[in-house]
Amino acid sequence: MITIERLSKRYDDAAVVDDVSMVVEPRTITTIVGTSGSGKSTLLRMVNRLVEPSSGRVLIDGEDTALERPHLLRRRIGYAIQGLGLFPHRTVAENIATVPRLLGWDGARVQARVAELLGVFGLEPATYARKYPHELSGGQQQRVGVARALAAGPNLLLMDEPFGALDPILRAKAQDDLLDIQRRFDTTIIVVTHDIDEAFKLGHRVAVMRAGRVLQHDHPARLITHPADPFVSQLIGTGERSLRLLSLLTAADAAQAGDAIEGPAVATTATLREVLAELVWRGAPAANVVDAGGTRVGNLSLHAILARGREAQ
Amino acid sequence: MNAGNVARLLVLGLLVTFLLVPRWFAPVFAPLNQFGAPAIYDQGNLLSLALWHVATVIAAAFASALVAVVLGVFVTRPAGAQFLPLSRAMVNFGQTFPPVAVLAITVPLVGFGQVPTLIALFAYGLLPVFENTIAGLEGCPRATLDAADGMGMSAGQRLLAVELPLSLPLILEGVRLSLVINVGTATIGSTVAAKGLGEVIIAGLLSNNTAFVLQGGLVTALMAILLYDAMRLLERRWVRGSQG
Ligand SMILES: Nc1ncnc2c1ncn2[C@@H]1O[C@H](COP(=O)(O)OP(=O)(O)O)[C@@H](O)[C@H]1O
Ligand SMILES: [Mg+2]
Repeated sequence: MITIERLSKRYDDAAVVDDVSMVVEPRTITTIVGTSGSGKSTLLRMVNRLVEPSSGRVLIDGEDTALERPHLLRRRIGYAIQGLGLFPHRTVAENIATVPRLLGWDGARVQARVAELLGVFGLEPATYARKYPHELSGGQQQRVGVARALAAGPNLLLMDEPFGALDPILRAKAQDDLLDIQRRFDTTIIVVTHDIDEAFKLGHRVAVMRAGRVLQHDHPARLITHPADPFVSQLIGTGERSLRLLSLLTAADAAQAGDAIEGPAVATTATLREVLAELVWRGAPAANVVDAGGTRVGNLSLHAILARGREAQ
Repeated sequence: MNAGNVARLLVLGLLVTFLLVPRWFAPVFAPLNQFGAPAIYDQGNLLSLALWHVATVIAAAFASALVAVVLGVFVTRPAGAQFLPLSRAMVNFGQTFPPVAVLAITVPLVGFGQVPTLIALFAYGLLPVFENTIAGLEGCPRATLDAADGMGMSAGQRLLAVELPLSLPLILEGVRLSLVINVGTATIGSTVAAKGLGEVIIAGLLSNNTAFVLQGGLVTALMAILLYDAMRLLERRWVRGSQG
């Protein structure tokens, strides 16, 4: 658990981060979203003390981070940034091995871990381990950046606009990968982004920042149904809010028991937004919800979907 | 074997042959002289002079590279930043102050011979390495340094594992520059009795022997070319990843 207590950062009396308090639950993804210059990066960088707070403190599992030497603290916390910062003079394997080596792991353990991570990120070790970063595509470099951040198995991963440089297709893929990674390693992840869609897609909790303050930090659905500030509604966009709400729920959440019906089959993992789109496209009033094994788990009607996309629930 | 290696071996072979058996080249140089003056330098061993010359240059370049890199690192750290203007002024002075004048000042202090020459070359060679070290360190990509800090490298680890390797191409270029400049500059050492190829040139000037002057000049030039080339090879071997 990460506890941020009354954290502020002032540069020449201008508060860049202004009295922020929030709790990040373990094994969740929290996204921090806001316009450029709102203090997101500064807030994130105070967690691993790349920026020293002017006041306030950060506790990780109850321990005050100010008490640990900064570079030792950072070895326990994964860090991935936009532009990646891969070491151009080191191979992919050497890049990924950075933190394990700093921690003094023995060679065999480092090698095994590097190979494991390359596998997880779909980079065949025999092909990629010895390549240099400039020999990789943008998407591959981005995966190496995340693999490097995860190399020593940190409980906490900080990411600052990690997918900022990717085109939309690679970006969507990278987001899906991150969700998988989070489930696989049970990591607590804080992601800074200026993209509200990304914030909603990734975040179990979303924090909205403006001018150094966190305006609201809550479940994404709560941000939509109960915005704490006009800026939050504006950021979400009133024209989009019902559909955003539907994209937060899956067919499994809303399926109702019943016999097989005439209509398309949709996966339990499909979002209600996707099911709605499918039903509109097929002109069907309801769908069969089917799990990964092909077993029917229930029905989902247009009516049931619409009921979920409304403010009052 | 590629063309570069062939040329390299030819130049090296030519130089070594000339230094080992200079009399073979007498017919080439004889037409330059009149009245039966010797066509090949005969007041000392050419090979030994050439070796002294190159050893002096390399020793001076090594010392100035070491000092310049350490100084460049120091003034780019937060603790040393305030010394940047002073260091830069001193290093610039070392280069603008004529080496001949350095010799004139140092001889009364340390006597004649190799030492005043080493001092003059040392002072003269600092600037390129110093400036290139600073340029290299300041040119490290911001995101890369941020990542190094974020991974948990200490300041020293970041310097050794990231900043210096990334600056290496520029630093080596500075060393190469100071080496090559100093191969030529070192000839003036012979005015204060340092062993080196300047002796051949000065002997030629004193006795109006064009062949001597040309020999001293050519051997110096060939050594400069070979040193330059050797440094390029070293750079290519040491520099990794996208930097090469
Ligand atoms: N080292 C610094 N010195 C002075 N101002 C800074 C510094 N770092 C950031 N700022 C300012 O703080 C504000 C917030 O920056 P940042 O946290 O990077 O915002 P974001 O990541 O949300 O775009 C910006 O106006 C920026 O100019
Ligand atoms: Mg930022």
